[in-house]
Amino acid sequence: MKNMEIAPVAARTVLRPTRGWVAIDFRELIRFKDLLFQLASRDVKLRYKQTLLGVAWVVLQPVLAAGLLTFAFGIVAGLKTEQTPYFLFSFAGLAAWNLFSWTLNKASLSMVGNAYLVSKVYFPRLILPLSGTISSLLDFGVSMGLMVVLMVVYGVHPGFALLVLPIWICLLLCMSLGIGFIAAALTVSYRDVQYILPILIPFMLYASPVAYPVSHLPARYQRVFFLVNPLAGLIEGFRWSLLHTTPPPLRYVAWSAALALTAFVLGAAVFRRAERKVADVI
Amino acid sequence: MSSDLAISIKDVSKTFIIRHDRTAPTTLGEAVSRRVRHPFARSEREQFWALKDVSFDVERGEVLALIGSNGAGKSTLLKILSRITEMTEGEVSLQGRVGSLLEVGTGFHQELTGKENIFLNGAILGMTRAEIREQFDAIVEFSGVERFLDTPVKHYSSGMYVRLAFAVAAHLKSEILIVDEVLAVGDQEFQRKCLGKMGDVATEGRTVLLVSHNMAAIQSLCSRAVVLRAGRLVFAGGVDKAVAEYSSREGAELVGDLQNRRDRSGSGQIRCLSLAIRNASGSLTRSIRPQEPFEILVNYEARTALRDVVVAIDLELLDGTKLSSLYSEFRNEAFSLTAGSGSLSCKVAGLPLKPDTYSLSVFLGGNHAIHDYVTRAMSFEVAPTDVFGTGRLPDRSQGAMILDYRWTDVGRVA
Repeated sequence: MKNMEIAPVAARTVLRPTRGWVAIDFRELIRFKDLLFQLASRDVKLRYKQTLLGVAWVVLQPVLAAGLLTFAFGIVAGLKTEQTPYFLFSFAGLAAWNLFSWTLNKASLSMVGNAYLVSKVYFPRLILPLSGTISSLLDFGVSMGLMVVLMVVYGVHPGFALLVLPIWICLLLCMSLGIGFIAAALTVSYRDVQYILPILIPFMLYASPVAYPVSHLPARYQRVFFLVNPLAGLIEGFRWSLLHTTPPPLRYVAWSAALALTAFVLGAAVFRRAERKVADVI
Repeated sequence: MSSDLAISIKDVSKTFIIRHDRTAPTTLGEAVSRRVRHPFARSEREQFWALKDVSFDVERGEVLALIGSNGAGKSTLLKILSRITEMTEGEVSLQGRVGSLLEVGTGFHQELTGKENIFLNGAILGMTRAEIREQFDAIVEFSGVERFLDTPVKHYSSGMYVRLAFAVAAHLKSEILIVDEVLAVGDQEFQRKCLGKMGDVATEGRTVLLVSHNMAAIQSLCSRAVVLRAGRLVFAGGVDKAVAEYSSREGAELVGDLQNRRDRSGSGQIRCLSLAIRNASGSLTRSIRPQEPFEILVNYEARTALRDVVVAIDLELLDGTKLSSLYSEFRNEAFSLTAGSGSLSCKVAGLPLKPDTYSLSVFLGGNHAIHDYVTRAMSFEVAPTDVFGTGRLPDRSQGAMILDYRWTDVGRVA
């Protein structure tokens, strides 16, 4: 082997049994960033292998889904979404929703799905749910590209609200990863989670303001709606940033943000606590 | 820790909890409802020490072997050192990056091409993208699959697959390398190449911790070895002494002890206490070479004196397929036994069988009665041996038997 270089003073690692709660080791995560991207690129490469339309699905999926909602709610039910065309309205809602649900779904399956890696190699286990997030962010990026095209076609000009778009994206990711971390940790011992989520996720889609605006709800229920479903504030905010729809009241945005950040921190802690036992249980 | 130590292991212990509870919850619902119904109940648990107070050091640049029988705790220790699992007690200090090869080709994906798998597998083993790119040509050359780099590995032969996987692993640049039994892959030529690579790694000043059942390989690669037995360290020192220690300790397990076996049938007037295999040089063994003469000993205890006792040993595959029955009655051999214990011996000229693990069942009877019958009483292996003196061995796909044969050209006969 040529070019064999060994650092004269190699870093020393001390391993001891850990107890209780541990924080996220960001330095370790950065050290393994190449693995993070390799796993994400594996996911992306494999997803459309052996499909006829291949990558076209990345574009087709959100368009077809928004088309279906437009047919059911916009045309059949005749839902009015202020001055925004319904297709654009539901497309934006779905983009936010898909980012949430794909990330949650991938994160929850990441530990069990990669059991053969977990029991044979060391790496910070957080890499697994995070690599799934990268591939769902990629899909989200494609949706956003389509969104730009649609906005040009429909002649919708975004305002200054666009500047806070990254905030909604971050909060949606925090929320989905937080729940996903907990789901992944639970799935290691209890596979039930794998069966609950596919039922819960579509249910949550209709319980969130994706196909309809919160303003259509009777005024007295809006408050409860925002409080019970923290996603509501984030999806409404996301859509407001793009399409000038009615913005969610600030106090509910604060509530959603607080829950999203709590979910992320709590989820990461639960995950870190569970990862120690994973190789022994899986 | 002195700067010359690569690995320092101090009082490392690891327990597993074994639940003796047949109704342990496996679903969330069960777990919750149980907590609600019996909030203070604790299921019966037993602690099993997979490792207990193991301490030893490995110096920088040393190739150290870890030997022990199955279940001795070798794999658990390797998993602790490679941070896959955590120890329960103790401390480990590692100087430098640790690369561990507990398996060849971890994370290889069938649908990805050879090239894609090199990058994926390298990253899984802890290499950065830059390191893989730097070593890429060397990896490809070592593997010898240049022409198929853009082919999905599902179309590879198993040999190519293993070669590519080992090639990636062999180019892992870590100061400490932990290797579990990966030398047992590939054909003979490739195995030699792998052994050579392991030797190179050591001369580069890196540290290797190696687990293998191949004592010859261990003796040629290592100068020191550690012997584990039932989770405890029983010997640490020179490799030859360690191998001797391991072999002698194994002696206790060489006898197929049957005294505690309940799954047996027969009158019990005579009971087989144990089985043992003795090789031509007179020592007990559980591993014989094909065609090597050996002797099976049936150690029995008779309650009363008995006449016309017949004995049989059945030679079986592990799936229960009977290969042969060594039945004394076929040769008109019967024995008169006195009360008390004794041994019967069956001499076998040699087994023309391919290397594998086989099982023996024992039968004692006479006068149309069964006295004792124990199936799967003992297992033994036929060891891989260079029977033809050519360095080429038939593997599992080449049939069950090894016959003595010779091909010649005899011109035109018919």
